[in-house]
Amino acid sequence: MLRLPKFEVKNPSTVEEAIAMMHAIDGEARFLAGGTDLNPNMKHRLFTPERVVALGGIEEMFGITQQEDGSMRIGAMATLANVASHAELGLAYPALSQAALLVSGPQLRNMGTLGGNVMLDTRCQWYNQTYFWRSALGFCMKKDGTKCHVIEGGSKCVAAASNDTAPALMTLGAELEFANATGRTRMPIADLWQADGIWNKKVAHTELLVAIHLPKPSADQRGAYGKLRDRGSIDFPLFGIAIRLDLDAQGTIFDAALCAVALQARPWPLKKAAALLCGTKPGEESFTEAVEQVAALAAKQCRPMPNIPGDHEYRHAMVSVYTKRALLAAANGDGPVHHV
Amino acid sequence: MAARDQHGSEAPGDQGFRVVGKENRKVDGLAKATGEAIYTDDIMLPGMLHAKMLRSPHAHARVLSVDTSKAEALEGVVGVLVGAELPIRYGVIPWTPDENALATDKVRFIGDEVAAVAAVDEDTALEALDLIEVEYEILEAILDPQKALVTPEPAIHEGRKRRDNISKHVDLEFGDVDAQLEGADIVLEEDYSFHSTTHAPMEPHCAVAQPNSNGRLTLWSSTQITHYVHRALSRVLELDPARIRVIQPCLGGGFGGKSDPFSLEFVVAKLALKTGRPVKMLWTREEVFYAHRGRHPMQMHYRTTAKKDGTITSVDAKLLIDGGSYSSFGLVTTYYSGQLLTGPYNFPNYRFDSTRVFTNKPPNGPKRGHGSVQPRFAFEVQLDEIANRLGIDPIEIRRRNFIGADTETVNGQRISSNGFMQCLDEVEDASDWKARHGKLPHGRGLGVAGSMYISGTNYPVYPNKMPQAGVQLKIDRSGLVTVFTGGNDIGQGSNSMVAYLVAEELGLLPTSIHVVSADTDLCPVDLGAYSSRVTFMVGNAAIDGARKLRKQIIEAVAKHWEVEARDVRLMDGTVIDLSEAARSMTHVEAFHLAEELFDTLGSTGAYNTPELGGDYRGGTIGASPAYSFTAHAAEVEVDTETGRITVLKVWAAHDCGRALNPIIVRGQIEGSTYMGAAEVVLENHDLNRFGLHSGPSLLDYRIPTSLDAPDLEARIVESIDPEGPYGAKEAGEGPLHSTIPAIANAVFDAVGIRLRHLPFTPAKVLKALRELEEQN
Repeated sequence: MLRLPKFEVKNPSTVEEAIAMMHAIDGEARFLAGGTDLNPNMKHRLFTPERVVALGGIEEMFGITQQEDGSMRIGAMATLANVASHAELGLAYPALSQAALLVSGPQLRNMGTLGGNVMLDTRCQWYNQTYFWRSALGFCMKKDGTKCHVIEGGSKCVAAASNDTAPALMTLGAELEFANATGRTRMPIADLWQADGIWNKKVAHTELLVAIHLPKPSADQRGAYGKLRDRGSIDFPLFGIAIRLDLDAQGTIFDAALCAVALQARPWPLKKAAALLCGTKPGEESFTEAVEQVAALAAKQCRPMPNIPGDHEYRHAMVSVYTKRALLAAANGDGPVHHV
Repeated sequence: MAARDQHGSEAPGDQGFRVVGKENRKVDGLAKATGEAIYTDDIMLPGMLHAKMLRSPHAHARVLSVDTSKAEALEGVVGVLVGAELPIRYGVIPWTPDENALATDKVRFIGDEVAAVAAVDEDTALEALDLIEVEYEILEAILDPQKALVTPEPAIHEGRKRRDNISKHVDLEFGDVDAQLEGADIVLEEDYSFHSTTHAPMEPHCAVAQPNSNGRLTLWSSTQITHYVHRALSRVLELDPARIRVIQPCLGGGFGGKSDPFSLEFVVAKLALKTGRPVKMLWTREEVFYAHRGRHPMQMHYRTTAKKDGTITSVDAKLLIDGGSYSSFGLVTTYYSGQLLTGPYNFPNYRFDSTRVFTNKPPNGPKRGHGSVQPRFAFEVQLDEIANRLGIDPIEIRRRNFIGADTETVNGQRISSNGFMQCLDEVEDASDWKARHGKLPHGRGLGVAGSMYISGTNYPVYPNKMPQAGVQLKIDRSGLVTVFTGGNDIGQGSNSMVAYLVAEELGLLPTSIHVVSADTDLCPVDLGAYSSRVTFMVGNAAIDGARKLRKQIIEAVAKHWEVEARDVRLMDGTVIDLSEAARSMTHVEAFHLAEELFDTLGSTGAYNTPELGGDYRGGTIGASPAYSFTAHAAEVEVDTETGRITVLKVWAAHDCGRALNPIIVRGQIEGSTYMGAAEVVLENHDLNRFGLHSGPSLLDYRIPTSLDAPDLEARIVESIDPEGPYGAKEAGEGPLHSTIPAIANAVFDAVGIRLRHLPFTPAKVLKALRELEEQN
C-alpha cells in the first residue's frame, strides 16, 4: 500500500494549544480532524507536513447543541455520521442532514467531520493522484508543477470544491467560528471562499475551524440536497445542489437559497435563480413554473468543467434535472435527491 | 483419454451421495473469516528486505541508460536490479515471450517496470527509487487500436517476424458464410464495442523470495498458476527448476488477473539470490491497475443471416482486439474471441476474422470469461434484434436455434451434456417473462441472453502429453487423509471440491481431509486456475486417486470380516457390514487393516483431456471436455431524464453439471453476474489522452458497492456430464457472459434503444433516447 510520509503528531487538548502547536514550527503543519481526506492526500504527497496537529482531544470542538437564541452550534469535530443522524438537525436543517448522509460511505462518515468537510481540499482528476502518476504528466499548477491539464494553457487552477455540506451550509447562512494566532473570529460561510482551486478559502490553513453556527430556522423552512454521482456510496459529488425554502403562514415562499457544488473552486450560490422562487406557492402553478425557470437558469449559471472525473457535458445536462428534483423534494419535505 | 479419466457420474457406493451436493463448509472458510489464513503479504522472514519498483512515466520510450549508483549508495539499500540482469524474456504462452521483468531496451506503457530496489524497509526502498536516473528517448505512443492496425512504425515490439503492430491474426471460416446472404430472410449487420475492465481482486499482487543455504530458492506468490511461474522462473533465472520451489499461499481473489508470470516474481527472486536475503514486494493498488491483464477492449462487427422463423443460417464476425503492450495470453484470446461463440446455438456457417494489436497501454489478458465475454455481448444483442424484427419472442428464438446435447459445433467442438433449454425455462419462469416482457410500463424492461463456456481446454499452453492435473493422496494412521494437488485455490473453492470428492470416495466426512495445494515441492503438477479447469480436471484426478484407495480399504475390510467386497459400505467415517448389520468399525480401524494388508497407504490420481477439437490450426484452442451453459434474464429501470440504468434484478440459471456444493455454485453464479452487471454500467479501465490510467484507485475505478449491486437470483441446472467429476462442469466464469447482453436487451425492452457500445453510461443513454425521439 502507499506509504505515508514521515511527520510528527501533536495532540493538543485546547484550541489555543492547537494554534500554538501549529505555529511553533518552521515547516508546514496541518490540522488532522477525521483524517479521511488528509491521510490519502499525504499518501499522494499532496501534503507533506512535518507536523500533524490532531484535534481529537479538544472537547470544545465536539457536540451539537442548541443555543438559547434557537441557533445551533455544531462542533467542527462532530462526525458526518453524527450530523446525519441528529434528529433535531434533520428536522430544522434537512439540506445539511441530507448532504452529510451522502458524503462518502458509512465508515468514512464515522471518521470524517463536518469541519473537515467544510475545509476539504478542492479536487481534480489531474491532482488527486499518486506522486508517480502526477510525475508522468509533469505535475500541475496546484501541486509541484505549472501547467493546467483541465484547461490547456489555463492560468488559474480550477480544481473543484467537492464538499457536499458546503452548499447546504451556504443556503442556511451558517457562520464559521475560526481560531487563529490573534484570537477568535466569526464569518459567514459565504465569505470563506475564493475562486482559486489551489486554495479556495480566504483563511489560511493555519487557522482552525472550531464550530459551525446555524441561525434559527424560520417557522416553515424546508430544504433538500441533490447529489449526482456514479455509485450509491463513496463517490465525491459530480454535481451537488442544496436548497432552502422559507414559507410564510399562507404557504408562499418569501425567501429561498440555492447553492451548487462540484463545479469550480467555490461552492456556487444561485441567487438570481433563488429570487425567482419568492412569491410562488408550492402546490400551485406559480411554483411549478418557477421551478422550470430556476432549473433553466441554473443550467446557464453552472458550467461543469472536465476537472473532476466523469463526462462534464453530462454533468451539465444534469444541472437542471437535479435542481428541479431538489426543488420539488424541498417543497414536499422529501429528499435527498440521489439515485439510490 | 485413459481409463483413469472417466469415473461415471454416480455416487461410488449404492447409498447415494453423502458429501457431494450438500452445502458443506469451504475448507478454508473459517480460517479466512477469523484472520488465521496466511496470505503472501503475511509472510515475514528474518532479515527480510522490502523491494519497490521504478516504473516508466512514458507510454513508449527507449531506455538509453539507467544509473543506479546514487541509489546503491543510500544507507539501508541492499540490492538494486536493472533489466540487463534479467535479459531473458518470458510470457505465459511459450510462443510469444515478449516480456522482461525490467526493461532491457524499451518501455511500452506508463507503469512498465524499469528497475527495482531492495532495502531494509519500504520507505528506504522508495527513497532509493527517486535516486535512480533513467535516460529515455521518447517514442510516439500508439493508443488507438485502429491506428495500431495500420501503423507498422514505430513497432511496439521490434525484432519479430512481423514488422508491424499486429500481435495475432486468426481468420477461420466454417461452411460458406457469404453464400447465405442470398435468400436470407433477414440480414443484420452492426458494429459493437466492449471497453476495458479490470479484475480488481481484494488482494494486491505480492511475492516473497527466500534463498536457501543449500542453493535452493523458495518463492511465495499470489499467483493462479504456480506451475507456469515455476517454469518461467527457471527460464529467466537460468536455474534448474529442481532448485526452485513455488508456493501459492492463501489468495485474495484473482479473476484471471494473476494468471501471468509477473515481473515482481522474477525481481524478488533475483534480488534474493543477489543479496542472499529474503525479499518481499507488495504492489500498491495503483501498481495492480498497471499490471492489469484485464478484459480486452474489442471493436466488433457482426453480420447474421436468418430465416423468417428465426433460424440462424450464418454468422460473420470481424473483431479488432486491443492487446495493450504485451502478448500475455493474446494468442489464446484471439482464438477464444471466435471459437467460443458456436453454442448454445447452432451456427450452420460461421466465419471470424480476429486481429489483436499492440498498443502502448497496460497489457490486456484474461479476465473471467476470457476472450468470449465481448463477442457474446455483441452476438446476443444482435440475436435479440433479429427476434424483434421478426416478431419472435427473444426466448423462443434462442430455443429454436438450440444446438442440442451430444453434438458437434460448426468449428468442431464436441458438446456433451447441455442443459441450456432448462436454463431458458428457469429464467423465463423466474422472471415471469410471459406476463411481463414487452408489457412493462415505459422505462422498465426485461431482457434475456444465453451463453456457453469451457470447463478447461485440452490446450495445455506448452505442448506435452503428461496429465493436465495430478493429485497424490496419503493416508495417515490417525484417520486423516492428506491430498496434495498442484491446483490453485483462488477463492473459487477448488480445494474444497477436492476435499468433498475424496471424502465421497472414501466414505469420510470432509473434515477428515486435509488439502495441501499449489506447492511445487509437495504437489503433483496441475496447470493452474484458468479457463475454468480446476474442478473438472483436478476433481477427476482426485476421484482417480481416491478410488484406488477405496478399493484397497474395502478389500482389506472384506477380508477381515470375511464378507464380499460389495457388503462393505464406507459412509460418513464409518465402515458398515451390510451382510450383518450389527457390525461396523471406524474408518481409522479400516485404514489400519488396509495398511496391514497393503503397506503404507497412498495413491496418485491424474486426469488428461480426450483428443478434442477441430482438425485445423488452432482447432484445439477452446476445445473443452465439457461446456457449461447459462441463461440470464435481467430487469432494468431506465430514468429517461438522467439516462441512468438501474439493474433491478438478474435471474441467472446456470448448467454446471452436478453441483458438487450448491452454495458455492450459487456464489459463483452470483459473483459472476454481479461482475458482469458492473461492466455494463460502472467499471471502466480508462486511459486518458496521455496514455495514463485515468484513475488507478478504488475510488476512481467504480466497482459496485452493495448499494449498486442488483438483486440476484441464482438457479442451478444440473445436466449431469458423462465426463465431469461425478458429472460436474464449470461454474466460475460461464455465468458472467450473458449478464451483459441480458441487461442490454432489457434496456431495449424498457425504452426502445439498442445500445451496442459499452459501457452504458447515462450520457450514452440520453443520446440514444434523443435520437430515438428524433426518428419518431
